[in-house]
Amino acid sequence: MEVLQLLLSGLANGCVYGLVALGFVLIYKATEAVNFAQGDFMMLGAFVMVGLVNPHYLGINFWLAVPLAIGIMGALGWLLDVGIMRHMFGQNQTALVILTIALGFVIRFVTGVIWGHEPVNLHSPLALGDLRWGGVVLSMAEMAVIVVTLILTLLLWQFFQRTKAGLAMQAASQNQMAAYYMGIPVKRVQGAIWALAAAVACVAGILYASKGSLDISAGFIGIKAFAAAVIGGFGSLPGALMGGLIVGVIEPFAARYLPAGYSQIAPYALLILVLIFRPHGLFAQVRTKKV
Amino acid sequence: MRFHFKTGYDHDIDLFPDWHKRGLYLALLAVMVALPWVLDSFYLSEVTNVLIWAVAGLGLMLLTGQTGQVSLGHSAFMALGCYSCILLMEAGWPFLLAFVAGGIITGLIGALIAIPALKLHGVYLAIATLALAILADDIIVILSTWTGGVNGKFAPEIVILGAEVNRWVNPEYWYWLALATAVTVTALYRNLLRSPLGRAFAAVRDSEVSAQAMGVDVARTKTMAFGLSCAFAGLGGALMGLFAGIVNNETFNFLIAIQLLLMIVIGGLGFIHGAFLGAIVVAFLPQGLSIATDLLGRNTIPGLEAGVFGLILIAFIIFEPMGLYGRWLKIRIWLELFPFARRDMFRRQKSYLKTERLR
Repeated sequence: MEVLQLLLSGLANGCVYGLVALGFVLIYKATEAVNFAQGDFMMLGAFVMVGLVNPHYLGINFWLAVPLAIGIMGALGWLLDVGIMRHMFGQNQTALVILTIALGFVIRFVTGVIWGHEPVNLHSPLALGDLRWGGVVLSMAEMAVIVVTLILTLLLWQFFQRTKAGLAMQAASQNQMAAYYMGIPVKRVQGAIWALAAAVACVAGILYASKGSLDISAGFIGIKAFAAAVIGGFGSLPGALMGGLIVGVIEPFAARYLPAGYSQIAPYALLILVLIFRPHGLFAQVRTKKV
Repeated sequence: MRFHFKTGYDHDIDLFPDWHKRGLYLALLAVMVALPWVLDSFYLSEVTNVLIWAVAGLGLMLLTGQTGQVSLGHSAFMALGCYSCILLMEAGWPFLLAFVAGGIITGLIGALIAIPALKLHGVYLAIATLALAILADDIIVILSTWTGGVNGKFAPEIVILGAEVNRWVNPEYWYWLALATAVTVTALYRNLLRSPLGRAFAAVRDSEVSAQAMGVDVARTKTMAFGLSCAFAGLGGALMGLFAGIVNNETFNFLIAIQLLLMIVIGGLGFIHGAFLGAIVVAFLPQGLSIATDLLGRNTIPGLEAGVFGLILIAFIIFEPMGLYGRWLKIRIWLELFPFARRDMFRRQKSYLKTERLR
């Protein structure tokens, strides 16, 4: 029973990691860039939601605020692409890594100025009530996290596999010039993908904030989401979710069965092991480049 | 503009192209040595801080600027250098020996770690090293019998040839120690660049495939770059820890590694000057900001430093990817060529990205 309980709470946590990792993978798949600020996007999305919903701020109805927050974050993602990322079009990845790290710093600072540094709670209708089967307790929020994540991953995955826009996004990343020749508006596609990634980050943020309190350092779970994305193989959407679930499940078990001090290490140790033995993740997509 | 008439092949690898340049740097060195007689102890310790950051920055510069590998984990190696230096000193080694040995140990372990890390490139390497930096924090706590864990460890007294070096008693000695280290590391770095190994670094950075085609052993070159880079970072870390006086698991957290990377980007990737200019920005930014907020009559804003740092960095990457030193080079060329410099001389080449993924 205890194992089941640990597993379930791990799954719920893992889904949040998976959602953030999904954002990484989206941007990586379509622009070949890695957005180190994705965790901070999530944090910002959650704070936007707090700003809309909490009675202390605007006090809008929760269900009305969800699409509004997602829309705001999506617009923000698009603006970031137009204003900043587009200047870096075609440049190498290193510069983008550094740029997005800096972006994370700025987002954290701006959020701190607007919403303060104290932990806040989102007034979420999801936060009420628990589900019980025998000795296993699962809160409604955790249940919602799992369901929403599964649906979202499935949708995005199918979007990339099936639709024309999804395929255009993949083409735009694989060879920008060839994509241009094929008539794909590469820059517009990239703007769309940044908006989409920011919107997904917002969903992750709303779910994260429904589960517990929220503060500025919430963005640092982006680092665990990295582990998730890498374990899943950076470029595969279901892989990202799998990676997130693996990291999420390992954490409570490590905390329960390993001596204190060793448990935080577990996800990162796993990440390093995966990188050593399967350098491109469990679901690899990279081969050595041929000349 | 100065033209160099080369009469021998050795001129190509001279440290300085002519006596004018050599004289300039000698003058700079003389000014730096004489600084303690000019500045008060507060600014002297600030300059010491700049030099320490520059030493660590040179380490990362060797890896990122010269060999093209991004590392977000150099704080771990700084911590390693610091702890090994302190532990060796506590074991009774004289400071200078322990200091150098700390650097060598860090370099060797760095090279060992590089062997699996070599298989990774680009973003994967950045993430693996980031994980390393986060792990270092926990490992320091786990090894608390040696490292003192969360409670930290006091830096032992530094004695060089019978003279005690203490930050509070004789800051000028500390300053000269940092200066000597910075000069030595810079000289090593500069000499490395004109050796076959240094050329191989640049070849690997510019194109791994063509480096391989030219007969460069890419794996060996990257391992050497990682090892040497870690050794320098270890020296910088040892100085930083000893200068701080007390080190614990938080002293070298992963934000230090990120700051180090951002620092060399602001300074100018691939230039020795870049490491120093970046170090000046990193060390003096907090002071500058606190003076600015005082002038505006505001209370301190938490997180302001990181935010402004991020903004500066974004501006640099977009408008001046070659950093402060790159900007200076452009200004110099503009002055030398005056009235003939043209705006498009430094236009960024348009490039398109291709993936290495198959699906």
